[in-house]
Amino acid sequence: MIRVEKRPQPSQFWSAATPVVAVLATMVAGGLLFAVLGKDPLLAIKTIFWDPLFGEFSFYYRPQLLIKGAPLILIAIGLSLGFRAGIWNIGAEGQYIIGALVGAGIGLAFYPLEAWYIFPLMVLGGAFGGWAWGMIPAVLKVRFGTNEILVSLMLVYVAEQFLASMALGLMRNPDGMGFPGSRNLQQYGSAYNAELIAGSGMHWGVLSAFLAVIFAYILLNRHMLGYHIRLTGEAPRAARFAGVNPARLILFCLGTSGALAGLAGLFEVAGPAGQVTIDFNVGYGFTAIIVAFLGRLHPIGILLAGFLMALTYIGGEIAQSQLGLPAAAIQVFQGMLLFFLLAFDLLTNFRIRLARGEVA
Amino acid sequence: MDLSSINPVLLVASLMVAATPILLAAIGELVVEKAGVLNLGVEGMMITGAICGFALAVETGSPLVGFVSAAIGGALLSLLFVILTQYALANQVASGLALTLFGLGFSALLGQDYVGLKPPATPRLDIPVLSDLPVVGPILFSHDPVLYLGIALTAAVWAVLKFTRVGLVLRAVGENHDAAHALGYKVVRIRVLAIMFGGACAGLGGAYISLIRVPQWTEGMTAGVGWIALALVVFASWKPWRALLGAYLFGGVTVMQLNLQAAGVAIPVEYLAMSPYLITIVVLVILSADKSSAPASLGRIFHASN
Repeated sequence: MIRVEKRPQPSQFWSAATPVVAVLATMVAGGLLFAVLGKDPLLAIKTIFWDPLFGEFSFYYRPQLLIKGAPLILIAIGLSLGFRAGIWNIGAEGQYIIGALVGAGIGLAFYPLEAWYIFPLMVLGGAFGGWAWGMIPAVLKVRFGTNEILVSLMLVYVAEQFLASMALGLMRNPDGMGFPGSRNLQQYGSAYNAELIAGSGMHWGVLSAFLAVIFAYILLNRHMLGYHIRLTGEAPRAARFAGVNPARLILFCLGTSGALAGLAGLFEVAGPAGQVTIDFNVGYGFTAIIVAFLGRLHPIGILLAGFLMALTYIGGEIAQSQLGLPAAAIQVFQGMLLFFLLAFDLLTNFRIRLARGEVA
Repeated sequence: MDLSSINPVLLVASLMVAATPILLAAIGELVVEKAGVLNLGVEGMMITGAICGFALAVETGSPLVGFVSAAIGGALLSLLFVILTQYALANQVASGLALTLFGLGFSALLGQDYVGLKPPATPRLDIPVLSDLPVVGPILFSHDPVLYLGIALTAAVWAVLKFTRVGLVLRAVGENHDAAHALGYKVVRIRVLAIMFGGACAGLGGAYISLIRVPQWTEGMTAGVGWIALALVVFASWKPWRALLGAYLFGGVTVMQLNLQAAGVAIPVEYLAMSPYLITIVVLVILSADKSSAPASLGRIFHASN
């Protein structure tokens, strides 16, 4: 008979070990999945986790790690603040799109003017767009008590339609000979989010991601607001007695995560993506949810988890081209990771005891 | 623009078709939430049901086999949610999201070889005289059987929850799981069954989209219907008949915007396509003031030692 006993205090050891165990379990289960698909499981795992870092073409893939990891980290840091306080923003994908549209819109409006202030304005616009989109569920929740999970998610679909309308209409490249999509911002110096050091993958978005990690760490450990966020998540009743203002917390958490997601979108559209197209967003907003949990909602953890998840994206692409592994297999792989993580989390808060059947 | 091209009778008939997937998923989720569990994985279970149903219907040539396997597929996927929330005691919101993310990837993987195929047609009801009646015929008597199943399921769930002992125990578990446990009811077992029922219903709803409504398989084809179904449960204040009403309202909005697109209204297509999602938000705002009817233990983790 297996018995599950609640621990008086969450285990520090398991709290840190769970993500590692979950990743290992995902590799095993993923290997089985790849074997079922008729691929050599060891080769596939090696292609995904080893080749991008140490393989023959790693000089090309290593910068990609920063490029793909940065948006994930930026979004996940914002989400983790809310998740800690039980405020569930799952519409980061929408905030990402709107941030990118506002930012790119500002850049395109200035075309072909070359000036130093265009890119900073775009960054502000990106943050503002994401913030505003995140404030919709926040205000509705504060004012009417509407469920923020459903509203933020519905707004993703609205944002996707809005993106389609922009890419095919207002922002379409007038010199594009009728093709959908905006002008390429990579060819517009003042608006291009170029690499700070050529060939390193280091662009302004990566820098912002690192800054966000530091900012979140200080907020959570050294600041009253961060303390309130943690308190609300861990002991809601105590938080009420301590005079935490829930409305302020909701507005802050959803607004901040929106702004960070918007920034991530802007840096992506002005840099690696370059163009506003119907499908320039690739689901970072949803994958960032996995990153936030994998990083245990802790800034440093999220930093590591973001790079790990970027690795699965890059390795997944390599496995796709070299082994013919379907793209969806990587999506399944990422989903499995979250499953194992949540399942093994049992060990953090509970103790498993083998006990003889006893009479209650 | 030519609004006269919209035929009101066909509009109502297609509204019922558009509403059925939402209704099926919402009725399943309603039972789950009545048992005190919030499963945000409806979208994932729907899309899994959509591909399971589509694949088996194509392979066997029988829509019936398709629908049955869709229900089984949805229920099997919901078992993952069961393991996480009932046995590993994980957070229900996070587990539901995991289920949706996993389901979307898993269905895409299963469905690779089925893109562009045509499923076998589901026969429609054809009652000699009744189905040929002018207005009533197309609206009431010439749909596919699954549509009627959705309505029957609504009635059944209503009756079971309201009049039977099983319904009473289910509601007790959802209102106060500690008290139900003290009375000797198997809280976890009842919740597991409720979650699997929800999964089966969501799977059916998904298969309805891929086998009847569209009918085709494309990745991510449920496009948020599962989330709308979740909103619908709130809209319905956890009452089955109001879920039916709500589903027809959303079905109406969806069909109306498609008709307006076809009629060439001067509003761009993208803005019309947004409307079901925007209306969901508006409805949520109007109805969220009253939370009194929500099951009291909704979303709380049950652990017998507490």
